[in-house]
Amino acid sequence: MEHYHMNLTLKVWRQKNSREQGKLETYQLKGISSEMSFLEMFDVLNEQLIVDGKEPIAFDHDCREGICGMCSMYINGQAHGPWQQNTTCQLHMRAFKDGDTITVEPWRSKAFPVLKDLVVNRSAFDRIIQAGGFISVNTGNAVDANAIAIDKKDADDAFMAAACIGCGACVATCKNGSAMLFVGAKVSQLALLPQGGPERESRVLNMVAQMDKEGFGNCTNTYACEAECPKGISVSNIARLNSEYLKAGLSTESK
Amino acid sequence: MAFTGLFLILFLIVHASINACIFLNDEGKTFNEMARFMSHNWIMRFLELGLFAGLITHIIQGLMLWSQNKNARPVQYAYSQPNKNSKWYSRSMAILGTLLLLFLVMHLSHFYVDTKVALYVKGDAPHNLFEEMKEVFSVNWIVALYIAGVVALFWHLYHGFQSAFQSLGVNHKKYTPLIKSIGFGYAIIICLLFASMPIAMFFDWIK
Repeated sequence: MEHYHMNLTLKVWRQKNSREQGKLETYQLKGISSEMSFLEMFDVLNEQLIVDGKEPIAFDHDCREGICGMCSMYINGQAHGPWQQNTTCQLHMRAFKDGDTITVEPWRSKAFPVLKDLVVNRSAFDRIIQAGGFISVNTGNAVDANAIAIDKKDADDAFMAAACIGCGACVATCKNGSAMLFVGAKVSQLALLPQGGPERESRVLNMVAQMDKEGFGNCTNTYACEAECPKGISVSNIARLNSEYLKAGLSTESK
Repeated sequence: MAFTGLFLILFLIVHASINACIFLNDEGKTFNEMARFMSHNWIMRFLELGLFAGLITHIIQGLMLWSQNKNARPVQYAYSQPNKNSKWYSRSMAILGTLLLLFLVMHLSHFYVDTKVALYVKGDAPHNLFEEMKEVFSVNWIVALYIAGVVALFWHLYHGFQSAFQSLGVNHKKYTPLIKSIGFGYAIIICLLFASMPIAMFFDWIK
């Protein structure tokens, strides 16, 4: 791919803290390399802001190799930008042309309050996991990995669901701000395996209850989440969440 | 939402089948008999109550979804491109549903109210629903409104049919493509049938 340089106009959401109102600020950037990652372009912008004596833009990032799920940016109207199955750190500037205007906003969700600029608090996801995303294991020596026979398809489906990195793009994308793809993946990865058996009912009931408590919206099956998920998590996991929830709701003895 | 939606989907099959009797070209004889049966048989009267309950529940659930989902995103995006990841009709179920509700108000005032007036107020007076249809559908703007209602119905059903199965937890490699095809076929057939009735009556194709 041909290497080129570009001049860009950036519109970035600036917000001092979770209490104050934010707004979009416009910045001009010159000579950005097409080989840079999107976050590297932000590094250049921040260095420029520091030189100009301005406050650099706060944004989340960690691994910068597409597996940690931290780099939550809503770029040009899409979670993680224009590329499919991709995180912001893996989005490269060759996705843009010279003279482009790029709008960057934080995830918009009641359950993900903006902490500063592009940084949101995603601990609502942690509390959903705490509510049921775990299994019981015996203490002592680790059990032999192959002691329990598992159907290959179940193992594959569980693995596909476990690929979820909890980035929140599903919530950010969903017009309802629903977290069903995330919760569906987390319930599925355990419901498909025998190790998830003991807490199967209480898990789905508790995780869904926590999800509702956090203020996420409801799923209306637009399937936008699947299209924007950087890990390609399938909406079949949402259907599995629904059937697990229905079954558990019918058979549970707690009210 | 899914349960009540599927119930209303079943109702539409009955509704479209009975209405299709007008195409028998027997001056509406079969159709009027069917209509009389529907308004007099006590099982049908009981199911009619169920239908209203189902419809009202569907509306209430829809309103609850709408308000909860609106609260889930208090600050909107300044710039969003929803067409890149989802279909417009899947995102527009609430607005399509509202249009259908407005349509239903007109539709019931055209046919349902008169049937009930003939039955209760006028003491089971003879009521020719077929002739009433011909009269209503002789006005061009009413025919246009009915066709607009049917178009809204098509998009509502096209998304709703497969969405109901997903909500009930059915998503299968083999069956989901089949469910989606059946849903599409269902929406097309039902809507073409409903649209053909006012058109056929307006152009006097039915004797």
